[in-house]
Amino acid sequence: MIQTTQLSKKYGSAAVLNINELEIPAGQSFGLVGNNGAGKTTYFNILLDLIRPTTGAIVNNDIQVNTSEDWKSFTGSFIDESFLIGYLTAEEYFEFVGDLRGMNKADVTAFIAEFNEFFNGEIIGKKKYLRDLSKGNQKKVGIVAAMMGSPKVVILDEPFANLDPTTQIRLKKIISQLTKNREVTVLISSHDLTHVTEVCERIVVLDKGNIVKDIVTSEETLQELESYFAV
Amino acid sequence: MISHFLNLEWKQYFRTANWQKSIFLNILLVLFALYFILSFLAIGVGGYWILKEMFPNQDPLIVVNAFLLYAFVADLIFRYLMQKLPVMNIKPMLTLPISKSKIVHYILLKSSFSFFNLMSLFFYIPFSVVLIMQGYDLWGVLGWLLTMMCGIQSVNFINFLVNKDTRVFIALITLLCCGFLISYFNWFNLAAFIGKGFDFLYQNPILALAAVLLVFLLYRENYNRLRNEVYLDALISEKTKEVNAADLSFTDKLGDLAPFIKNDLRLMWRNKRTKSGVWMLLMGLLYGLFFYPNPMYKDMDFMFVLVGVFSTGTFLINFGQFIPAWDSGYYKMLMSQNFKYERYLESKYTIMSISVAALFVLGIPYVFFGWKVLFVHFAAMIYNLGVNTHFILLGGTFNRKKINLDEKAAFNFQGTGAVQWLIGLPLMLLPMGIFALLNWLVSFEIATITLAVLGFIGIALHKKLMTAITKKYITNKYVMIHAFNQEN
Repeated sequence: MIQTTQLSKKYGSAAVLNINELEIPAGQSFGLVGNNGAGKTTYFNILLDLIRPTTGAIVNNDIQVNTSEDWKSFTGSFIDESFLIGYLTAEEYFEFVGDLRGMNKADVTAFIAEFNEFFNGEIIGKKKYLRDLSKGNQKKVGIVAAMMGSPKVVILDEPFANLDPTTQIRLKKIISQLTKNREVTVLISSHDLTHVTEVCERIVVLDKGNIVKDIVTSEETLQELESYFAV
Repeated sequence: MISHFLNLEWKQYFRTANWQKSIFLNILLVLFALYFILSFLAIGVGGYWILKEMFPNQDPLIVVNAFLLYAFVADLIFRYLMQKLPVMNIKPMLTLPISKSKIVHYILLKSSFSFFNLMSLFFYIPFSVVLIMQGYDLWGVLGWLLTMMCGIQSVNFINFLVNKDTRVFIALITLLCCGFLISYFNWFNLAAFIGKGFDFLYQNPILALAAVLLVFLLYRENYNRLRNEVYLDALISEKTKEVNAADLSFTDKLGDLAPFIKNDLRLMWRNKRTKSGVWMLLMGLLYGLFFYPNPMYKDMDFMFVLVGVFSTGTFLINFGQFIPAWDSGYYKMLMSQNFKYERYLESKYTIMSISVAALFVLGIPYVFFGWKVLFVHFAAMIYNLGVNTHFILLGGTFNRKKINLDEKAAFNFQGTGAVQWLIGLPLMLLPMGIFALLNWLVSFEIATITLAVLGFIGIALHKKLMTAITKKYITNKYVMIHAFNQEN
């Protein structure tokens, strides 16, 4: 479970995030939507302890993220390409992340093999450094790396952007499998309303740092969201 | 149109985050440039008389001419290593309504005014003025000067035609070495032979037009080549090379530090910036050769410490001063990964320690200059291991500048802030001072042993020091993440 209380982030006098209360139960597939500057990435960055909140805190499975580092062992994440190490090949990168997450070489190879379809033969054995891959392929590597070492929480910022349609569909399948057993909490942000409504069982809309909608996904959700954003 | 381009250049220069942040560094660079300009000017103005004194029965102009071949070849080699055609930032221009030929002309003309070309003018122009004042033929000297200017421009354009072709580079080096050797053994003086050509040119200044023609032809050749390559998949693309992955499983012996050490090794030989740093290692290792053969330093024992600390610690200094900026590109990712910060720092410490020991072993031949030297080098190695490593790791907490690994190392000050300069000094001056003081007050043996003991104390306190340093890193974590996020 991820609990957020009294959370705010201000730069000078400009408030970029202000969440009074948000509770994400374990195993939920949680979607965050909002226009540019709504605070989605800021929220994820605070959750990953990459920036400090001005007030309040986030507690990730009983661990307050800005006081202890123990959440790292069960949290996988991919925010943007700066999470990749450009001068490694995909295999080496997986091996590195696997090492940090307590997987041996055989574990890593077996794990990667599960994603053969997702990689579409463009990642493994290509003898290319990550910095030389296309944006979409870089993203695939980052997303898979975020799922390594059986994390309890997976955080993906804009996972659908830059992916081709086939891969988007495959990614949706992967995410729904991840949450099937209700053991992994998945947090996704996206600009694509169709994708989030398909994948997430709960959707929170942020606007200028505030929660304006908190919806349990149903048939009508997509329409509701579309009418909200069509101003 | 040109004014647009110049306007952009101006803004690019002054609006880089680096410019605003590090005035200190910029002042230093300006001083550096001024130093070069002044030394060139001094040689240019005084050169005539210096040569007159050194070779009293020869004409200084003829002496200069006899060296010109080497000057041009050396210039070309220098440019080969340092100068690159400035093409990368024209990408956004391609889709704008500017004709491609204009862009190409602009790139080429811009390269004509580079620092490399202007530098040597500070020698040639005053030298020519002196020649004229000394009663040399006005037209002859002007023709000669024009030829020199064209020569510089030709070298500039030849360099782009060569375009980092290693074969040409090897040929140039061979030419330089062979030319030197054959004239050293008095078989044939190639440079003097070419020099005769320049003498002839002084007598027939009209020939300078040939040099102008040469520049023109080279310019056209460059233009034709570039004009056909202003496409995203040609000139402007970064070439991707196939990976050759080395087996690094030997590092697995290092236990849980292995993943980081593997990464650091890959970091070093897969990125331009770090790769060209390897040359610095060689220079550092051979640093002692500047001092030891010179009888002037025979009795200055404290110089042993400088060489000892520097030659065993070049890697430590070059690599260590940019911890953790080396990882700045993916620092966010590291910070959200599952490991303890101490392990990360420990891996850096291990790499630096191994390098210090290895460089000491490689430097053992210095024993040729006396046992005392080796003795001091050993003490300096221990000092490096115990004190300087920790010191430089601590200095890393002040690093606030992102490093782009794809750029070259030499004269690349990216990622350098005042901290690097401030930290570099005590690394070497402190042990030198301690040693010099004790050597003067007590004895050579005590001074050397003290250095080693300081090192051993550092090694003994390693665990404690690392804990303290780690704490410092963790407190600075957010500031560093923020800073490494800024492009500069």
